[in-house]
Amino acid sequence: MAAPIKQHRMIGSVYPPLRRAGMALVTLLCMLFAACGGDTGPDTRNVLNRGIGAEPESLDYHKARSSQAGDVQRDLGEGLAGYTPEGELVPRAALRWEVSDDGLEYRFWLRPDARWSTGEPVTAEDFVYSFRRLVDPATASSYAQSIIDVRNAEAILAGEKATEELAATAEGEFLLHVGLERPAPYFLALLTHQSMFPVHRASVEQHGEAFTRPGNLVTNGAYRLLEWELGSLVELERNENYWDNGSTAIDRVRHHFVTEPAVELNRYRAGELHITSNVPPEAFARMRDTHPGELRVAPYLNVYYYGFNLTKPPFRDNPELRRALSLAIDREALTESVTGRGETPAWSWVPPGVHNYEEQRFPYSTMSHEERESAAQLAYRQSGYGEGKPLTIEIRYNTSDTHQRIALAIQSMWRDVLGVEATLVNEEFQVLLSNMRAKEVTQVFRSSWLGDYNDANTFLQVMLSDAPSNLTGYANEEFDALVSKAAMQTDPEERRRYMQEAESLLLADHPVIPIYFFVSKHLVSPRVGGWGDNVLDYHYSQHLSLSPE
Amino acid sequence: MLRFALLRILSAIPTLFLVVVLAFLMVHAAPGGPFDQERVLPPENARNLAAAYHLDEPLPRQFGRYVSRLVRGDLGPSYYYRDHSVSDLIGAALPKSLQLGLLSMALALLVGISAGTTAALKRDTLLDRFVTGFSMTGISVPVFVIAPLLVLVFAVQLRWLPASWSGSAGFDRLLLPVLALSLPQIAYVTRLVRASMIEVLSSDFIRTARAQGLSTMSIIRYHALKPAMLPVVSYLGPATAAVLTGAVVVEIVFGVPGLGQLFVRGALNRDYTLVLGIVIFYAILIILLNLLVDLLYGFLDPRIREA
Amino acid sequence: MKSSPAAVAGEALRLASGGGVRVPAAILLLLVAAALLGPLLSPHDYFTMDLSGRLQPPALEGARLFGTDDLGRDLFVRSMSGARVTLLVAVVASLVSLVIGVTYGALAGYAGGRIDAFMMRMVDALYALPFMFLVILLMVAFERNFLLIFVAIGAINWLDMARIVRGQTLALKQREFVSAAELIGVTPAAIVFRHVVPNLLGVVVVYMTLTIPQAILVESFLSFLGLGVQEPQTSLGALVNDGIAQMERAPWMLLIPATILALVLMSFNFLGDGLRDVLDPRLRER
Repeated sequence: MAAPIKQHRMIGSVYPPLRRAGMALVTLLCMLFAACGGDTGPDTRNVLNRGIGAEPESLDYHKARSSQAGDVQRDLGEGLAGYTPEGELVPRAALRWEVSDDGLEYRFWLRPDARWSTGEPVTAEDFVYSFRRLVDPATASSYAQSIIDVRNAEAILAGEKATEELAATAEGEFLLHVGLERPAPYFLALLTHQSMFPVHRASVEQHGEAFTRPGNLVTNGAYRLLEWELGSLVELERNENYWDNGSTAIDRVRHHFVTEPAVELNRYRAGELHITSNVPPEAFARMRDTHPGELRVAPYLNVYYYGFNLTKPPFRDNPELRRALSLAIDREALTESVTGRGETPAWSWVPPGVHNYEEQRFPYSTMSHEERESAAQLAYRQSGYGEGKPLTIEIRYNTSDTHQRIALAIQSMWRDVLGVEATLVNEEFQVLLSNMRAKEVTQVFRSSWLGDYNDANTFLQVMLSDAPSNLTGYANEEFDALVSKAAMQTDPEERRRYMQEAESLLLADHPVIPIYFFVSKHLVSPRVGGWGDNVLDYHYSQHLSLSPE
Repeated sequence: MLRFALLRILSAIPTLFLVVVLAFLMVHAAPGGPFDQERVLPPENARNLAAAYHLDEPLPRQFGRYVSRLVRGDLGPSYYYRDHSVSDLIGAALPKSLQLGLLSMALALLVGISAGTTAALKRDTLLDRFVTGFSMTGISVPVFVIAPLLVLVFAVQLRWLPASWSGSAGFDRLLLPVLALSLPQIAYVTRLVRASMIEVLSSDFIRTARAQGLSTMSIIRYHALKPAMLPVVSYLGPATAAVLTGAVVVEIVFGVPGLGQLFVRGALNRDYTLVLGIVIFYAILIILLNLLVDLLYGFLDPRIREA
Repeated sequence: MKSSPAAVAGEALRLASGGGVRVPAAILLLLVAAALLGPLLSPHDYFTMDLSGRLQPPALEGARLFGTDDLGRDLFVRSMSGARVTLLVAVVASLVSLVIGVTYGALAGYAGGRIDAFMMRMVDALYALPFMFLVILLMVAFERNFLLIFVAIGAINWLDMARIVRGQTLALKQREFVSAAELIGVTPAAIVFRHVVPNLLGVVVVYMTLTIPQAILVESFLSFLGLGVQEPQTSLGALVNDGIAQMERAPWMLLIPATILALVLMSFNFLGDGLRDVLDPRLRER
């Protein structure tokens, strides 16, 4: 420090600005705190607070694609058909419908008393407009395949025909006619999906991309959009013009975006949420003990599986090896100890509880686990591997606690029973997706499939040789033939027969190892009434009620 | 001073450009895209989506598109949140991050400077040891341990404070996040100030002031404080980086809809425009902050200004 | 003028044996020893799952010194193994940033003039990059392998080192022994590496002890986001994250790794303080 005395004088003369800076800081602090004083919240009497996993990427039925978006959209809009809390298909925007004998022509008589949130009637033209918008290549909808069975839809998507040529027409103000390309017995179930909800034409034309903002969005369902706090929540308010508004008990619904299940759990326990979208695995057992009535677990149309890459060794042309690996997995121990949330071991590809279907199972599902282990060892040796020649493979999965635990457990099981040397490769989701599609580096990979509608076809079509969702490279002509034959049948019995035969074939070939079937798990406050467990995990807010504290 | 500031801002433009190029390359280098998801889209769908967002064009062309929009101040539409533009998303998240960040830094400075000064004055006493011990703990326990602990104790068990941002509309929802975020910084600043103050207090001119009979209080206020603050000012840069990182954790744990967790989601969703927008925004912020730090240096140590 | 590296190191060691350095150094050595040798003492390994013995509290029977985690894996071996990984990542990452930073800074400082100005301008530019975000992007973009973690973390820190080294180099450049070496005809590279660098030892050592804790925290942060070390390998950060999930049911899962982590961080920080007290004044006098 040079020239101390000179410095002393200088510091003294510059000091007042420092004091002023200090005061500015304090003022800033006060302002910040005042700014946080914020709005007074709404009356908490009849407001339902629900957690949904992630923020919806869009409230436009045609642009969204996540199940979280679906949760919110199902409160905002209504399709021709819907579900009861128990999962039964019922007419909603349509009063009734008629299907022609060849299964190709559908007619829907709409409710004349159905109204938009603006008070205008919901007409057949609205549905025609919406379906056209869904299939329009310019909309670039992620769910355009919902409508793929309608005549000309494929051509329109490929840009070969104009949207006006879609076989959906208004034969009267409240009479809608839809013509299919081929019989699609699951078509009615598809209509319950949010991508098939009607959009309000005038709003779209007036506001363009901004038509989903609060204040612009016009809906025909039980609620309308009140507020969208980016990153936080979406708030819905009762739609007074909804035809069934009298049955709606809850005035306001707030869907909170919480990505971490552990955080969501804390909020539930702190009383901030009435319903959670998930329960973290480590807390599950604890919640079962401490909050028994509140933990709701139900079968879910979702299968957790390990897929094989059939286009490359070692799994190409080696069904015995694949079978061995499937046998060696102790699914009961996995679902009990590792996942431990009530999941059921999967002995088939199509989950149980699917409409018009009888479960097909692996023949070894009834064996004891010791027997399975011996069978596994036998198959392993028969496929050319053994102690001197162990199988070395990579198990790929995407970042998540659950996937990791399961992968660790399976790695352990394969090592203990067969001596397989498996390395775990934890990849970020997008990376894994890329790799699975390319089929270059994958050997064993983790994936899952969520059914779109309550019918076995939604699971079987995944494994068709030309299906984009077929990540294994499985190509069995016989299987393909059986599945398409099933799709052509109008007689449900015949259909069921073909589908079941297809699945048996699939199971014998072992292109995938189904491990367990998901369950939907929620914590539901005892104050909430009207909650029904169903296999699609649809819980419309209009069916729920909230008792006073 | 003004010329200096303007010059610095101008020279920041090539820096910003470098930032944009790097970030652009990195985001596009990642496998996967914003429209990829587990249920694979039929090929026509995928093609339509790619075309609508120009993802089928060669990379340099996409970059050119982006930059030409950027210079007009348009950060573009979010590729993932299709109802909103990047400016919408950043605009909504920014106030929360600002509140969180500024309050944490303010708290860190206030508490840190006071505690550090006190510890320096009462050197080697019980109080000093306590403060030193506390600050040591503060930098040894990561934010992602402190934050969930705070939630568990104060929100879930005691129910004194909300567990998350949307659990309340008042400023009580800020208390826990700010506390969690500022604790490591308080610890660090305390250590810095204590060490710096000890050094300043043992210097010649302080001894002169004491000999002149000035009280301890006035010595601190008028003579010791400013020079002792120099290391704190140098620390502001790393502190911002630490707060940025810590903010991501705090935002996730407390559900604060700020820029940190917006960025992480954007990166995982391959939301190219959102990620780029946030990176650019932060780069500008850091550049401005560096400028501020340099100005502060000049203010606190006149020798530098004259240099 | 003693400028040989050996002499400098020797003197530094002598001075460094003071109290402020001995205690943290001892703790660190103990931890490293435990991390390397500890697993040998236990009959368990870090990946075997005992699904029937999950979430066991610490007990002497069954040699479960630290208990088990939620998949029935032994926590003692995992903690030691995790400590090893954490220390390895941190040391290597710091070395990476050290090498880049020292080389860059020494070259800039020695070269001086326009080259120096340009190089420092680059540093300024890079300072503006929100590094943590770019690291996240890096980890997200590329397959998460061990090596990349070091590189990513090392890439964050070298700027500070470069600045400090450049400053020191500029100062040292004025010293007689450098001009003497130049007169004799020693090449610039040799001057830099044989004369300038050894004299930076003090600064560098202190800096290392401060960067290592930083690197450890970065690795834990990446683990928090799910972007850290791959299972079944683990690190202290990953163990702490696992522990938080089981905080209420099995507190030892959090307390033990968190305490070890805190000890490591504190020791490095105290060590850095102690070394700085010892080495800096010495350097300043020269």
